[in-house]
Amino acid sequence: MTESECVECGGTVTLHDDLEVGEIVDCETCGAELEVVDVSPPVLDRAPELEEDWGE
Amino acid sequence: MKLGLLYSRIRKDEKLLLSELRDRGHEVAKIDVRKQRFGLNETTAEIADCDLVIDRCLATSRSLYATRFLSAYGVPVINSPETAAVCADKVKNSLALERAGVPTPATEVAFTKEAAMEAIEAFGYPCVIKPVVGSWGRLMAKLDTETAAEAILEHKATLGHYEHKVFYVQEYVDKPGRDIRVLACDGEPVAAMTRTSDHWLTNAAKGGETATFDLDDEAKELVRKASDAVGGGLLGVDLMETKDGEYTVHEVNHTVEFKALNEASAVDVPAAVVDWLELKAETGGEAVMTA
Repeated sequence: MTESECVECGGTVTLHDDLEVGEIVDCETCGAELEVVDVSPPVLDRAPELEEDWGE
Repeated sequence: MKLGLLYSRIRKDEKLLLSELRDRGHEVAKIDVRKQRFGLNETTAEIADCDLVIDRCLATSRSLYATRFLSAYGVPVINSPETAAVCADKVKNSLALERAGVPTPATEVAFTKEAAMEAIEAFGYPCVIKPVVGSWGRLMAKLDTETAAEAILEHKATLGHYEHKVFYVQEYVDKPGRDIRVLACDGEPVAAMTRTSDHWLTNAAKGGETATFDLDDEAKELVRKASDAVGGGLLGVDLMETKDGEYTVHEVNHTVEFKALNEASAVDVPAAVVDWLELKAETGGEAVMTA
């Protein structure tokens, strides 16, 4: 397990080991959705908002 | 093989695929489409030596254009832009199913509120109105009364993007509280599940409870025909059971999510998908049967 900082609230976000760039994680402190933009070291950014054409 | 994976978000589905691919020793180029440029003859995307590219774009618009560009460059892409174009648009989807003789809910399209209201009244209440592009059960409405229908048409006409003024009206299928999702590779079912809910929308994304489902021969045949109707590929085929004991296919999805199916079914879905991708890579993207 590694850690990074939430860009929304500054809280600590605990990250699992098989982290992937492009994955979304939740900040357990503020609930923000965060996108993994790098894995070594882990860097998080605000995740894009849901768009109308998202889906399968 | 070397496989390119188009994405803008890595969901659990993509993580399952990536894990299976890497465990088998395949090289994977993750291609974030948000960072790429697509010219008429070349792209910044790392596709040059890919045996195959799989489109896992979350955004339908990006999926449609990115696959179109890759196909134009001569890169085998799953699914093809032709399949994506049919599946991404409910009108094209319905027309393809009907043309192929696949039972599908009766549907009418109208371009004005007045004409849409006539279609709704012709179907009677309840009936259903859906956006032509959309997923996860969003913006779908079951119209139970004339006043509800009028309000929804007014809202769509006033507040919506122009596509919401393409009024896609459909008969309401009184299904037995569930529908059926089948993941198929070139028409061959890999696994199936039911999605059950007290709500009229039973999508897993809407919280429908999932359970594994054994397809009978009739359903398997419909899945094959529905897959062929949209051009084949890695697809999610959705069926409903009617009161008459028949099936009707309401849509086919081209960037199918399978994490719920993988949990509901005994089948190792990502392994089966990668088995098929390996065959596709060998054939340069041509249709292959796994059974």
